[in-house]
Amino acid sequence: MRDKKQDRIDEKLQELNNDGIDRRGFLKCMAWAGTGLVWTMSGGIPMSRAFAKGGDKGSGKGGDFSFVQISDSHIGFSKPANPDVTATLQTAINKINAMSHTPDFIIHTGDLSQLSKPSEFDTLDQVLKGASAKEIHFVPGEHDMLSDNGEQFLQRYGKGTKGSGWSSFDHKGVHFIGLVNVANLKAGGMGSLGNEQLEWLEDDLKGRSASTPMVLYAHIPLWTIYPDWGWGTDDSERALSYVKRFGSVTVLNGHIHQIMQKIEGKVSFHTAMSTAFPQPAPGTAPSAGPMKVPADQLQRVLGITDVNYLVSGRSLAVVDSPLGDSGSSPSANGGGPGGR
Amino acid sequence: MTKTNVWIVGLATPVVIAMLLLFPGSPSVTANDQPSAANAEVKIDNFVFGPQTLTVPVGATVTWTNKDDIPHTSVSTDGVFKSKVLDTDEKFSYTFDKAGTYPYYCTIHPKMTGKVVVQ
Repeated sequence: MRDKKQDRIDEKLQELNNDGIDRRGFLKCMAWAGTGLVWTMSGGIPMSRAFAKGGDKGSGKGGDFSFVQISDSHIGFSKPANPDVTATLQTAINKINAMSHTPDFIIHTGDLSQLSKPSEFDTLDQVLKGASAKEIHFVPGEHDMLSDNGEQFLQRYGKGTKGSGWSSFDHKGVHFIGLVNVANLKAGGMGSLGNEQLEWLEDDLKGRSASTPMVLYAHIPLWTIYPDWGWGTDDSERALSYVKRFGSVTVLNGHIHQIMQKIEGKVSFHTAMSTAFPQPAPGTAPSAGPMKVPADQLQRVLGITDVNYLVSGRSLAVVDSPLGDSGSSPSANGGGPGGR
Repeated sequence: MTKTNVWIVGLATPVVIAMLLLFPGSPSVTANDQPSAANAEVKIDNFVFGPQTLTVPVGATVTWTNKDDIPHTSVSTDGVFKSKVLDTDEKFSYTFDKAGTYPYYCTIHPKMTGKVVVQ
């Protein structure tokens, strides 16, 4: 079982090795959780440095900072794959609160709820109230659009956003863009950004210096991972063409409930684990639905993503941690479910 | 079967046939006697509408049942019908009064598509 998992992880990492640079070891280290050692990428060369513990408690303009991405909490889901998604979300928040550095804010990349019910959003809000970071940015997942095309999501989490909930903000010199690719989905298609949002994006980026680090976040992956399961966005190429000129672009997504990473030039793509339940690797199951794992392994296939911005490298390091400690072995996986 | 039963069935059958001829589109009459056409089922499971193409006669009622552990919807691409969100074991029915081809999909997972052909 372990070998099969390791094979799948290796397969995923293989797809990144298309230009001769050995990123396999690098990415494995990037996902090594909780060691305080941060790997960053600068000009394609991985470098490491000890993460500065003192001066990053949200202080200093333009200094190093970190934020956390959580995703796919699916509050309201209650099936064998995880009968208590509220408890695992709480575990994720506890984990954030226990980090040695307080993140400046949290980004939730969607599927907050299972069925867009008010009670589900209420429960989510209750849990998030206890997070050390008080600033939280949201983009909806398709499960948050189930009543009135996401009207409720907008009422609760859409302050300052446009259209179906897109927005941008600046934080210590980094430009963040939240995109919505789960509205007005067309039959037979995948995720969709739509013309109005793409025009807004092009306009939002106008005049920004190419040295501004960019972070794009959206629910469905902005690169095509597996079309048969809808894991991609039909019109993301246009969006990516607008950010091509920037020196550092990080794309954070959710939806697929597992870690996948891709680096294309100066753009790093990364999907997060869910805090609710894992899903199978592409093509390894009849469908993309919730994947049951033995109860004692559930905490290892759910997780959070800690993103650290280092001014010196003008780059972001993305570190995934499972909810359950896997014993900080260096061979801890660099992608996909499974912890040892 | 006893003689009484046979007699009742013997009487009921022509009555039923007469009703079928008089009220051809009535689903409540046809429901149990015409097993194939007037009431058809689509089972949703593993992100698939099964059968993906369903052919029914005019006046048939199609019932979608979600057997998946994830919610789905059944929404006509031409605005003809629209289910609410179906959680596991929930159903949605629609009666097709007009002949035609009715493509539909799941608005939550749009790769899931199906078609009802009414003729």
